[in-house]
Formats: sequence, C-alpha cells, structure tokens
Amino acid sequence: MSSETAAWIDSDAAEAPPSANGELLFEAPWEARAFGMAVTLADSGRFTWDEFRAELIAAIAGWEATAAPGAEYRYYECWLAALSRVAERKGLASVEALAARATELAARPHGHDHR
Amino acid sequence: MSDHDHHPDEPAIRAEALEHLLVEQGLLDPGDVDTVIATFNERIGPMNGARVVARAWCDPGFRERLLADATAAVAELGIDSGPGGQMEKLVVVENTDAIHNVVVCTLCSCYPWAVLGLPPRWYKSPAYRSRIVREPRSLLAEFGTRLNPDTEIRVWDSSAEVRYLVLPQRPLGTNDLTEAQLAELVTRDAMIGVGRAGAIES
Repeated sequence: MSSETAAWIDSDAAEAPPSANGELLFEAPWEARAFGMAVTLADSGRFTWDEFRAELIAAIAGWEATAAPGAEYRYYECWLAALSRVAERKGLASVEALAARATELAARPHGHDHR
Repeated sequence: MSDHDHHPDEPAIRAEALEHLLVEQGLLDPGDVDTVIATFNERIGPMNGARVVARAWCDPGFRERLLADATAAVAELGIDSGPGGQMEKLVVVENTDAIHNVVVCTLCSCYPWAVLGLPPRWYKSPAYRSRIVREPRSLLAEFGTRLNPDTEIRVWDSSAEVRYLVLPQRPLGTNDLTEAQLAELVTRDAMIGVGRAGAIES
C-alpha cells in the first residue's frame, strides 16, 4: 500500500464514528456552513449549480497548479473560494465587502463565541 | 480557538463574513443552511443506495428498470434528487465477473448525493482523482479489491449532468437473506466501486 493511500485510510479511520460506512463529513463547523450556503443559494436560484461547479473546478485546478509539493489539500477551502467567487459574480457579496467584514470579525475581542 | 487571535484570511472567518453579508441582505436564511446540513448529516446517506442495490438483487424487473433508467427506478423507492438538485441523471453500472466498474469525478467532486450522501474525504482528494484513472488496478488493490487480471475495469467520470452508482455483485451464500439484511451488506465503498458488497470496509 502506498503511503498516500495509507494516509487517506488512516485519516478516515482516525475520524470515523463506529459505523464502517460513516465518517465525519466536515472537519470544522465552517465547512458545513460553506457547504450549506452553496446548496441553499443554488436551491433558491441565486446561482445555478453549474455556475458554482464551474468555479469549484477552477478553484481546485488553481490549487493543484500552484500548491507546493506535499501541501495538504483542503477541499472546503476550494469550495469556499468558489462560493465567494460566484457570490461576487452574481453581485451577492463583493470582494471588498467580504474583506471588510472578515477584518471586523477577526478583530472581535478574545473569547467571543462564534462559529 | 475562540481565545486565540484570528486572522481575516482564516477560512472560518471568511465563511462567517460571507454568511453575515448574505443574511443581512435577505439573500440567505441561516435556518435553511441549518436544514441542509442536518439533512445531509442525518437523513441522506449510503443507506438510500444500499436499498436500491438490495432491491435490484431481489427483484429482476427492478434491476432491469434500474439499468435502463436509474433516475426513474430510484424514484420508485421514494428517493428524489435531493437538495440542490444534485442528481440530474443517475446511471447505474453493473459489476459482473468480467467487468468491474468504479466511479470518480476527475474535475471536482460530483457524486450521487441523493443515494450516497456526501462523498468521503478520499473521493475528493487529488490522489484518488488522478490515480483511479491512471492506475485503477493497483489503486483498487490498495483499497483491498484485488481483481482477476482478466477482469476489465471501467472508470466512470462523473459530471454535472450524469452521476454514476455501481451495482455491486451479490455476495455468494446470501440466498437466505431478506432484502433488508442484504442492504446491510452494501457499503458505500462497494457502490463507488472501490470495494465489494459484504466486504469489510477499508
């Protein structure tokens, strides 16, 4: 078994709940929010799934083209980048507004309970 | 991590910022997001696919309809396309002694969510997406699925339009099992094609 494969299987096993079919689908709460936002926005017609998927493909291809050898692949970071891009293109949230809000949120006092 | 300094580039912060902006503009209801997450975490999972496979093993007429038009056949079992309309068209490919099918999405992570839930982490990994195309036989062996050298491997690349589900071979010695008992033998990995039904998961 290659070390690559062993790594996936280990990562599965390490996080797997008791069921052999099961595993935690999200590694952090924000991943679930990003997932849920994309599905909800597509369902409500803010963009089509194909539009989102095209951005996702581009984000993944971009990561693969530029990642340092051995860099850990973070699928939901590509997902979030794609969601931000499609939100920008559809006029739902501009890059500037997003950056400004992120800066505000990051500056919250320590201990602030957020997702 | 809430008692440490945050950076605006952290994905958790960016995701939260995006949700805030969308909610404030009335573009997104956070309760809908909660519902989608709960649906995928709790309701949709490989069990839907396992029911489909077990029915196909028990009911030759259903099997025929499934292989001819899987989208319509799974609807007979009350399975719809799911949130986001992820499953425009479902195609079921049948494993035999001569042919072993396996599913990938080489470009992103297309997956038959309505029947299998969300994909496992390895399905989304660059390594799986490239190696299953380049060297399927050795990669399947690493998953514990060692195929006869004569068995043809067919790799199905999922797309936005077509999602694939593998109909695994029914394990030997299961003639006495009920459909519900058979469904318990059908693993997610068997329906992606990296495993076999009735086999211990990786």
